[in-house]
Amino acid sequence: MAGDTRNGTPQAAPDGAPAHTLVISDLVVETRGREPRRILDGVSLHVAPGETVCLVGESGSGKSVSSLATMGLLPKDALTVRSGVIEVEGEDVLSASPKRLRQLRATRMSMIFQEPMTALNPVLSIEKQLDEVLDAHSAATGTERRKRIRDILELVRLPDIERMCRSFPHQLSGGQRQRVMIAMALILEPKLLIADEPTTALDVTTQKAILELVADIQKRLGTSVLFITHDMGVVADIADRVYVMRHGRIVEDGPIGSILREPKKDYTRDLLASVPALSPRPARPATSAEIVLQTSQLTMVYGRPSFFRKGEGTVAAKDIDLVLKRGRTLGIVGESGSGKSTVARCVMRLLDPTGGSIRLRNREIADVSRRALRPHRKRMQMIFQDPNRSLNPRLTVGESIIEGPINYGVDPDSARNKARSLLETVGLPADAIDRHPHQFSGGQRQRIAIARALALEPDLLVADEAVSALDVSVQAQVLDLLDDLQARLGVALLFITHDLRVAAQICDEVAVMQKGRIVECGPTGEVLGNPAEAYTRQLIDAAPGRFWDFPNFRPLAGAHEPSRQDVMVEPAR
Amino acid sequence: MLAYILRRILASIPVMIVVALFIFLLLRLTPGDPAAIIAGDMATPAQLAEIRRNLGLDQPLLTQFVTWSGQLLTGDFGQSLISRTPVLTLIGQRLEPTLSLAIVSMIMTLILSIPMGVLAAWRHRSLTDSAVMAISVLGFSIPIFVTGYILIQVFAIDLKLFPVQGFTSISEGIGPFLQRIFLPALALATIYIALIARMTRAAMLNVLGEDYIRTARAKGLSERIVLFRHALRNAAVPILTVIGTGFALMISGVVVTESVFNVPGLGRLTVDAILARDYPVIQALILLTSGIYVAVNLLIDVSYAFMDPRIRY
Amino acid sequence: MAEHPSTAATGPGAKPVVRRNFLPRIGVRGLGLAAWIAAFALALVVLMALFAPLLSPYDPIAMNPMERLADWSLAHPFGTDAYGRDVFSRTLYGARTSLIVGLGAALVAVLIGLPLGLLSGFFRTLDAILMRIMDGLMAIPAILLAIAIVALVGSSLWTVLVAITIPEIPRVVRLVRSVVLSAREEPYVEAAITVGSSLPKIMWKHLAPNTVAPLIVQATYVCASAILTEAILSFLGAGIGTETPSWGNIMSEGRIYFQLKPSLIFWPGLFLSITILAINILGDTARDALDPKLGKRRQD
Repeated sequence: MAGDTRNGTPQAAPDGAPAHTLVISDLVVETRGREPRRILDGVSLHVAPGETVCLVGESGSGKSVSSLATMGLLPKDALTVRSGVIEVEGEDVLSASPKRLRQLRATRMSMIFQEPMTALNPVLSIEKQLDEVLDAHSAATGTERRKRIRDILELVRLPDIERMCRSFPHQLSGGQRQRVMIAMALILEPKLLIADEPTTALDVTTQKAILELVADIQKRLGTSVLFITHDMGVVADIADRVYVMRHGRIVEDGPIGSILREPKKDYTRDLLASVPALSPRPARPATSAEIVLQTSQLTMVYGRPSFFRKGEGTVAAKDIDLVLKRGRTLGIVGESGSGKSTVARCVMRLLDPTGGSIRLRNREIADVSRRALRPHRKRMQMIFQDPNRSLNPRLTVGESIIEGPINYGVDPDSARNKARSLLETVGLPADAIDRHPHQFSGGQRQRIAIARALALEPDLLVADEAVSALDVSVQAQVLDLLDDLQARLGVALLFITHDLRVAAQICDEVAVMQKGRIVECGPTGEVLGNPAEAYTRQLIDAAPGRFWDFPNFRPLAGAHEPSRQDVMVEPAR
Repeated sequence: MLAYILRRILASIPVMIVVALFIFLLLRLTPGDPAAIIAGDMATPAQLAEIRRNLGLDQPLLTQFVTWSGQLLTGDFGQSLISRTPVLTLIGQRLEPTLSLAIVSMIMTLILSIPMGVLAAWRHRSLTDSAVMAISVLGFSIPIFVTGYILIQVFAIDLKLFPVQGFTSISEGIGPFLQRIFLPALALATIYIALIARMTRAAMLNVLGEDYIRTARAKGLSERIVLFRHALRNAAVPILTVIGTGFALMISGVVVTESVFNVPGLGRLTVDAILARDYPVIQALILLTSGIYVAVNLLIDVSYAFMDPRIRY
Repeated sequence: MAEHPSTAATGPGAKPVVRRNFLPRIGVRGLGLAAWIAAFALALVVLMALFAPLLSPYDPIAMNPMERLADWSLAHPFGTDAYGRDVFSRTLYGARTSLIVGLGAALVAVLIGLPLGLLSGFFRTLDAILMRIMDGLMAIPAILLAIAIVALVGSSLWTVLVAITIPEIPRVVRLVRSVVLSAREEPYVEAAITVGSSLPKIMWKHLAPNTVAPLIVQATYVCASAILTEAILSFLGAGIGTETPSWGNIMSEGRIYFQLKPSLIFWPGLFLSITILAINILGDTARDALDPKLGKRRQD
């Protein structure tokens, strides 16, 4: 590990070889156009051989731009490097010719991206996509290339390699695609691997496997890794050193231990303090015995066999039994495809369940007609995942909020007055009512969506991944708001999330779903603190940074300090 | 794959039924006596009666449709009211010039338009891009008969490079054939070139913004490979689609081009039939061209499956 | 999103970040030179059409056997045709025909296509039937369909207008339908369902506004295409009778004298081309300004 701590000072080792695989000094990137805006404002960092460096920051901090600039992949018509130096193994890439830059890619530096879904070409076979890297950069013969492709696919631990070679990306799972990306990036054994949020789109268990794989290959090949992420848990698990970015600048940097234990800058402290703890919050006393929502045997099957279709159909949710009381929060956690959103949408009757019952305040709503459902609609409201899309961009905030009350006969004037006070309730100024959604940030938009949901004074709020699209600091604020509103209004909250940390902080009870079924359900403290089912334990084990108590800057009681070797190779419990 | 092809074929049957129904109803539901409309104002009662019998207009509508479509299915498209020859024979006599024209101009289109579109997208917002877009909007806007007369004036009359009008069969030698067909084919191709160049550019621009193009560049591949192997193949589906829907333009274009260049093909047959109000011929020509259009689009649908491995239902 | 420093101002009570309006503003500076020239050219054609009776020196249908096929002169700037009619006057009146056909077709196609597309995007059974009909209509080449209609019903301006509009309707229906289908997947539409909004309200308030921009663009293309089709019909002799001058029928009559007097083809052809070109350029400008991704939808 590199011993020096000063940024961006390329120090030649005694034998003349560069001491750092990657050095970025004083990099300034601006937007093109008449009024250039600074995206990167003097960023300096370095990555030593074999080292894993994390670049962490919230959206818009410029962390991805730094990595794209290194690869020479900045969108040419939008961004331009104003000044600074980027050296990969001592070679200046900013002044390299396009031809030289192409030669450096895949041989000296490689990159893997966030979305394995879209990062592979859908119309070319996996073998073809790997082969063209060898074709472009090496003189290897067909047989050699075939062998190398199979070797690297084995290295990234893909099953059934011959079939894999013939496959197209859409036939692979998300995790498999990311393994192919890694194989493609490492097939020529470059010294630098840039990973831009490579696990963000993956489920936690897949994420864990991919992180282990990267660490393992890195050790074998001696690759340096620049890992870009927003997730402090991932940082705690894999980093040797950390750079914290904000607004295009490096705020703080240092070895992982000192960043986590003794962050010097307020921003870093805030960032760490916003990470919800994985340990469940203390149980709350029950406030009411009134059951707001009860489902039993709730089932949703897509594409049931019909005259035109044979087969069983896809079971999205089966035999879901849930009970939610007034003033309580019930979480549904699970990985993608577990059916948790299907349950939420069935409860809201955005989907028509194919079986079972949904009782809202003791009235059956699972199979009533649209018309009969209308009076019940106002009793339950939903908060959607993406606040950019759940508000109609053409309507003002006020129009969106009063749409529901007006549907139920409230006169527009009093609806507007109510909307103003609701906006203040969710922490926005009352005069926000006449603005359009695009004038607000993501967190503010989610507050507006909450205000809209509250306008009908519902008994039940269904939040479908309502904080997943938000940065951690904003996420913490929105969670606080929901908690606060619940205490004041006594609303019952059905909270769908993939994030165990969030669930641990907000839910009274938790149901864990897998493949359309509930595998475990009970008080949050028990389910997450002392899981009875193997799958629940697996989920908890996969949660990144689970040994670290971020808000208190210390390892979790009972666990020892995280170090890469411990976490990646031999997870200790 | 086979299931997909079968499904596409089945899906095109209702389209042809709707086409046939529409053409059938067009004559029958027109206000006034269809026989009188066809025969013209000067017809004698005997002529009218013959037309009615010929078209079966004295039967109930449903019976008419059943007999009519039965005749179509057995290849009986009726007789020309003017020349008394079977319509299919008439069409057969005029097929060669039209097919030659369509094929030559299709080849011209593909050779010119796709490279133009790819180049424009690759050099987005450059002078090349603007030039391609300008050519395309011009080609799209200037009617074929205007383009045709300009081409005749410049290349045939002023420069004397090509004969003015007419058609030479390919059986009389490839040289004379090409010399006669070049100008009409070019006139016919302009609008199609414009359309496909435009669509190629738009589709390429879309694809060039995709993540996998960034991946391809990150792999250090050359621009040529990025453009043609990665981008163009992914842009193929929308480009093929527009080749298919744009085929309607070519059918309409043939009618005009043949009139301007005096080519004795199906287009001229159509115009002659209109002027003579020879309805059986018009009807058969519409059915035939619609059938060709549907068949071309069916072929294109099937080709999607070869272009994009994801399309296999 | 890069321009989204959302951490900056999300705290309770924080002032909303006021940012620049994203909505497209077709400002004076935003229009390119080509668009300006196109707008100017189109304005001239519109003025020609409006003031044709004032501007034209002769009655456009008055024949004058003494002056057949005259060359251009001060008295007849574009010369005369085979019947001694003043081509300049006929060309001015031809602008009327073209604009009536273009605007009429665009208006009718949108008025019929918009409701059909909205309904089709929402009701599956109706959609299945309607789309089959539209597929069938689209399979019939527009010119041949128009020819058949005109041949059957007779060649008046109104017949031609109907004959030209019918093949354009499926394109509008499909466009509206595709916009509705993608918009109804938006969470804000689901949000409207959950707050109890009725179907007509959702359609009108949340879905229909999405179709406005693409419809404006499509309408300009329908307009250009209708003008072209009318000219082709008239050129082929299946369009409007020569007692109503149209650019197409002026050229149609000039065809046989083409080698002798190219001006009979040249002038109407020039005006026709400029008009269609101008409308297409304005359509492209509107498309780029309203939605850069719209290009895709036009041909689906």
